[in-house]
Amino acid sequence: MLKLQDLAKNQELFSHGHRACAGCGEALAVRQILLAAQPRPVVTTMATGCLEIFSSIYPHSAWQVPMIHTAFETAASTAAGVEAAYRFAKKKGLIQDDIRVIAFAGDGGTYDIGLQALSGALERRHRFLYVCTNNEAYMNTGIQRSSATPYGADTTTSPAGRVLPGKVQHRKNIMEIVIAHDVAYAAQTTVFFWRDLATKVQKALDAPGPSFLNVLVPCPLGWRHLPSETVRLSRLAADTCYWPLYEYENGRYKVNYTPTKKLPLEEFLKPQGRFRHLFGSEAGQQVIAELQRYVDEQWELLLRKQALFGEESAKA
Amino acid sequence: MILAKTGNEALAYAMKQINPDVVAAYPITPSTEIVQLFSNYVADGEVDTEFVPVESEHSAMTACIGAAACGRRVMTATASQGLALMHEMLFIAAGLRLPIVMAVASRSLSSPLNIHGDHSDSVASRDSGWLQFFCETVQEGYDTLIMAVKIAERAYLPAIVAIDGFILSHCQERIETLEDRAVREFLGQPKPNYNLLDWRNPILVGPATLQDYYFEFKRSEIEGMRRALPVIEEVQQEFGQRFGRYYPVLEEYRCEDAEAVLVVMGSACGTCRVAVDQLRAEGRKVGLVKLRVFRPLVHNLLRTSLAKFPKIGVMDRVDAVNSYGGPLFTEITSVLYDLPERPKVFSYVYGLGGREFSPEDARMVYEQVLSGKKDELVTYVGVR
Ligand SMILES: Cc1ncc(C[n+]2csc(CCOP(=O)(O)OP(=O)(O)O)c2C)c(N)n1
Repeated sequence: MLKLQDLAKNQELFSHGHRACAGCGEALAVRQILLAAQPRPVVTTMATGCLEIFSSIYPHSAWQVPMIHTAFETAASTAAGVEAAYRFAKKKGLIQDDIRVIAFAGDGGTYDIGLQALSGALERRHRFLYVCTNNEAYMNTGIQRSSATPYGADTTTSPAGRVLPGKVQHRKNIMEIVIAHDVAYAAQTTVFFWRDLATKVQKALDAPGPSFLNVLVPCPLGWRHLPSETVRLSRLAADTCYWPLYEYENGRYKVNYTPTKKLPLEEFLKPQGRFRHLFGSEAGQQVIAELQRYVDEQWELLLRKQALFGEESAKA
Repeated sequence: MILAKTGNEALAYAMKQINPDVVAAYPITPSTEIVQLFSNYVADGEVDTEFVPVESEHSAMTACIGAAACGRRVMTATASQGLALMHEMLFIAAGLRLPIVMAVASRSLSSPLNIHGDHSDSVASRDSGWLQFFCETVQEGYDTLIMAVKIAERAYLPAIVAIDGFILSHCQERIETLEDRAVREFLGQPKPNYNLLDWRNPILVGPATLQDYYFEFKRSEIEGMRRALPVIEEVQQEFGQRFGRYYPVLEEYRCEDAEAVLVVMGSACGTCRVAVDQLRAEGRKVGLVKLRVFRPLVHNLLRTSLAKFPKIGVMDRVDAVNSYGGPLFTEITSVLYDLPERPKVFSYVYGLGGREFSPEDARMVYEQVLSGKKDELVTYVGVR
């Protein structure tokens, strides 16, 4: 089992001094991922988005690993090119090391505009890890809805108004879309569970084909919560089963964390300004009830998948 | 070797001989065959290339960028909607100074859909920072694709080599190919600016810049383009000396004492040569100015050349809808503006969507330019 003492000995490959907001979950995720990846040499790509902006404003860079940014929808296709170049160099004996390629993109860059490039890269079985740092909206451009935004959330393009209660669709199940590509490894996690995250990074990097991590990263600015609440919200997301921690490997589903007591969804929603409009009205309560129904249904579905296609669930 | 090859076959064959490290490509008429034929070379183990059969042209160009940033020699091919879909990434390839070489079988743009040849696709990419070569023949396409690799790698800029869709891509010509070894020796190894895979010396490629640096980055890219012309000339000379085929950036064909010339790019140069020969036989003083390099725009060469002629027709196989004449026309009139005595310059748009442009059409244009009289700003040749 991974120990914090060991991770702590690794080099900080995502350096301090970047320009992320206080309490940024995305920065936490990237830092943890690059800690966990060691000692494997990695080459990375990233999509346009918050991460790119806060980590790479010239002449500064937070990246102590090779990084290329090209455009918004291109984390996977850029990685495909890098991986092809690596394969070429390897087969020609120009490189001896076993390099791993990691692509980072937000939920917009993954669920929406980058979905085609991601699908293509997975289908072609490039060996790379694709990380979706998922803050459930387009934060970089000012908190617009994405297809990862949950039902009822107030964003600048799904605003809560007199008629509409915020976003009127549920989020897309990207994990199933990715799994349908028969990937070598896919997992969902979030930043509070550092061991879960780090273990999944290592498994994903050592998987024999394309792998995928969907990492929930709270965003104080977009979710409208205190910076000090980031880590607690990350935990609440799992404890309410809003964000189940699970993995998919060799055709099997495995839930990695079952809360001892499944908390009501409201505990996750309440500290966040993006759901504030739902509290204190009858109509709002209905929206919360629908969101709770969806979360419960998805959780049950996951448990059924685990029962059907999995080994005994290991309680974390 | 002397072979009969279509444009697509010749370009695919050149690609095989270039043996690029990575090719990422997507099919589209009329360049599909280049990708197919190259896939055969991959399947038969005739190249060492890592071939990435991507799911779109957008990803084709992006994967090329990723691979080229790893210091590899990278190529692709496309046309029309494919080139339009790549548009966003073209600027990024150029901004990152990556010497990607792309074969384009030029074709119209939808709508309406049309698969045939014109220059809409390439010309629409003119401001993306790519070198652009327009070829007259299949032989020139083959030779230019090989030269472009060396030019791009020396200039640290990406390059488009365009052959006219169908007119060249699908027509067979007798061509003289080079020996594999000769191509290899001519090209040598790429000397990349940087290599992303060198993980012990990590670099960041493609940062965000603000008001304080973006302009300097762009300025240096512009300078890179300006300095590309001597590189092009140098490589073309080198190619000419080694292989006996030399293609000037700007060619004057039978222009001595000419009263009227046409400025033309691509396969229509051949058509105009026929018309020039006929008219010269009849004692008319006409000539052809063939523009082979569209980007960088060779304004000094154009000015020096065109200053000699009193009447000039500029032939555009594309329209810049609602501009002041065809795209090449507006550039050429700008180039000539500073002359103390400006020639008369006329704009002609021809051959859109593969519309036939015959020697008779060319003669008609020459007659009109010679007459020095033209009512409308743009004459659309051969349109009903
Ligand atoms: C083709 C294109 N369309 C739109 C944009 C503008 N844009 C830049 S980042 C972004 C949203 C990023 O959202 P996400 O991927 O969720 O990442 P986040 O910033 O939330 O981390 C948008 C819309 C762009 N750069 N390129």
